[in-house]
Amino acid sequence: MKVLMFGWEFPPHILGGLGTASYGLTRGMSLQPDMQITFCIPRPWGDEDQSFLKIIGMNSTPVVWRDVNWDYVNSRIGSYMNPQDYYDLRDHIYADFNYLHTNDLGCIEFSGRYPDNLHEEINNYSIVAGVVARQQQFDVIHSHDWLTYPAGLHAKQISGKPLVIHVHATDFDRSRGNVNPTVYAIEKNGMDHADHIMCVSELTRQTVINKYHQDPRKVTTVHNAVDPISQDIMEIVPKKNPKEKIVTFLGRITMQKGPEYFVEAAAMVLNKTKNIRFVMAGNGDMMNQMIRLAAQRGIADRFHFPGFMKGKQVYEVLKASDVYIMPSVSEPFGISPLEAMQVSVPTIISKQSGCAEILNNCIKTDYWDIHAMADAIYSICTYPALYESLKVEGKKEVDNIKWENVGYKVRDIYEEVLKKY
Amino acid sequence: MKTICFYFEMHQIFRLKRYRFFNIGTDHYYYDDYANETAINDVVERSYMPALSVLLEMINNSKGEFKVALSLSGVAMEQLEMHAPSVIDLLRKLADTGSCEFLAETYAHSLSSLKDEDGFREEVKRQCNKTKLLFGKMPKVFRNTNLIYSDEVGSMVADMGFKGILTEGAKHILGWKSPHYLYHCNLNPSLKVLLRDYKLSDDISLRFSNSEWSEYPLFADNYIGWIDALPQDEQVINLFMNLRDLGISQPLSSNILDFMKALPACAKAKGLTFSTPSEVVGKLKSVAAVDVSHPLSWSDEERDVTPWLGNVLQREAFNRLYSVAERVRLCRDRRIKQDWDYLQASNHFRYMTTKSSGIAIDRGIYDSPYDAFTNYMNILGDFINRVNALYPEDIDNEELNSLLTTIKNQGEELAALHKEIEILQTRTIKEPIVNSEEVVKGPAKKKTTKKKESK
Repeated sequence: MKVLMFGWEFPPHILGGLGTASYGLTRGMSLQPDMQITFCIPRPWGDEDQSFLKIIGMNSTPVVWRDVNWDYVNSRIGSYMNPQDYYDLRDHIYADFNYLHTNDLGCIEFSGRYPDNLHEEINNYSIVAGVVARQQQFDVIHSHDWLTYPAGLHAKQISGKPLVIHVHATDFDRSRGNVNPTVYAIEKNGMDHADHIMCVSELTRQTVINKYHQDPRKVTTVHNAVDPISQDIMEIVPKKNPKEKIVTFLGRITMQKGPEYFVEAAAMVLNKTKNIRFVMAGNGDMMNQMIRLAAQRGIADRFHFPGFMKGKQVYEVLKASDVYIMPSVSEPFGISPLEAMQVSVPTIISKQSGCAEILNNCIKTDYWDIHAMADAIYSICTYPALYESLKVEGKKEVDNIKWENVGYKVRDIYEEVLKKY
Repeated sequence: MKTICFYFEMHQIFRLKRYRFFNIGTDHYYYDDYANETAINDVVERSYMPALSVLLEMINNSKGEFKVALSLSGVAMEQLEMHAPSVIDLLRKLADTGSCEFLAETYAHSLSSLKDEDGFREEVKRQCNKTKLLFGKMPKVFRNTNLIYSDEVGSMVADMGFKGILTEGAKHILGWKSPHYLYHCNLNPSLKVLLRDYKLSDDISLRFSNSEWSEYPLFADNYIGWIDALPQDEQVINLFMNLRDLGISQPLSSNILDFMKALPACAKAKGLTFSTPSEVVGKLKSVAAVDVSHPLSWSDEERDVTPWLGNVLQREAFNRLYSVAERVRLCRDRRIKQDWDYLQASNHFRYMTTKSSGIAIDRGIYDSPYDAFTNYMNILGDFINRVNALYPEDIDNEELNSLLTTIKNQGEELAALHKEIEILQTRTIKEPIVNSEEVVKGPAKKKTTKKKESK
């Protein structure tokens, strides 16, 4: 089975959970021997792992015919694409796009991030997708998140193949209710015309059904999984002070993640005990507000803001922690608690997180219930039996959540869709 | 001739309220009164009243040939007295028929038999006294919380003077043997062991209303037919269950009570009789000893104590609770003693189980085993603080015990001396003519006794 996937991020250059999920999913699917995946991203960097799929860079797909020789193409895009693909794609330019700003290869430039002119990039992405869809051979189209829905639709119109869209988040999660109408329109249009919709959690599925008015029969929950962590991360030796416990929050400090509830819970805990430190790692628009709040509550001496963490640093912080907490107000899935559990850190998550649907060996509270949250923090730090139990059972549980199984589930959905198509 | 021995458990815990860690030290009331009242009213209305009325009716209609045994935990008796005295009245009526036997069990429905022998003995004694007080008869046969039994428990119970004990006829204990005979404890042959027939018991308590069960619908004549078809020389069929199974696990709408009502007549037609555990113990001879080195119970597939003490959380909470057992026994604070009873109930540990037994368990207010553990440990934290605040922690229990005895003895001695003074004073009042020399003698005498004491 051949799948044409449209995505926006792919590791190692990622900005959020979307890239990690795209990677894990394709990797898990590639374990099926007859699965061939072509993954389109706006801008490959050249260090992507292409051992199990083929990457097409949208910034290397020509939309305007240019006469360039092999060596030049090879020097420009050779690090991540076969130059022959360039020529094959060039044969399928379907309209005159000279009015667009293109480079010397006839390609449109992409930032590959989430720039201010995001809507323009989405539109360009969809234009390029027309070329890809004409050239590639595939059975199913799979679009990851709203940025690529227009591209998926375009490809569907051209090729007549079924479109499956994968909802990693909706604008309702990102905006806490203040939906951007343009984004909503793109999302809704994509869902309306998709042949099947996959959601990362039942929570998201309900949003898709109720807020985007989709037929429940067309919407399936496909929970995410986690990749096993690599050896060098396993070998990190955490620096721990045996006399102090550390409670960690890791993520963007924004409204969606519920940081203020964490600060309030921390204040309640520190009212009672002193040997606990709280860490809020990450960046975001609410950071200064949180620093002020911590100071207001008089806990600034035990509440730390180390800033943005990436790569190995994340695991260094996690491994030094005694509790990981994710009080998200609305989290479509939330992969970070699973990562914490992988390195044996007891975890507290909000019931409003998608991952709460598949995790049992962690403590779940409502995001607004700071009493329950404080209680959970206190208990893990105070009762060794609880700490041990969550640590051991949590690790056991999360090690059984594998992308491979998700891959089979997605495969079943493809088969279903193709049967009906 | 075969005989059927029916036994029903009645137990209700004091449900704990949501107790956060910041309540520790400030709030010493741990119970959710509303939940307790609602729960007890519910079980009384849907199960206890109708089921007990039917049992009474069965006894009366069969002119006492139908017999049944019941046991109530002390905490259940307290709750019934408080919220549903009508059930107590009904139970008294049952006791008056003479065909209903009340068994001994633990007061708090606790697991103390596995950990705290002194506490266990004391608890059982209190339950027996309360049973006698309410229903007029001193129990002779014992049944442990959740039918937990092991050789040690058996020998302890035999020591306390009980003639018989009820437990599970678990396959891993019996092997090829049949539960339909009377056995005895291998450490003390004077204690007879009645073994539950889990198949026939569960047919009523677990499967009766299950329409997917191959034997559904079950009728009394069929059921008695199964018992009748058992080998001729088998003696006793022990059907032990929870009273709430009649009405709640098996809803009244399933006609469970009509099924029960039909049993005595069907049994009579086949020549089967009913007996109470005491009668079984008195009439039958034990055929062999049972060896139980690891405790068994009537719960879950494994029939062991893992539903309560299976994971680290449960064991931690359990050990923490019993770490103060001796202190609690030493103290005379009534509220602490009362909380001790309520906190020991095995149900609190059951809420923390992480086993998946296939049957959904009711965790009450708790979302998860972790939630149950957290709440319980917070309460226990406060409770232990209160216990420790009674006496300084650095004195060990033995020393404390001797100090307390000394204080008690001195108190008694002081009281005796006071009396003596009184007597002497009245005498001096009565004999005012005596000169002053004699009057001085009183305090002088006291001084000498004090000196003795300090020696």
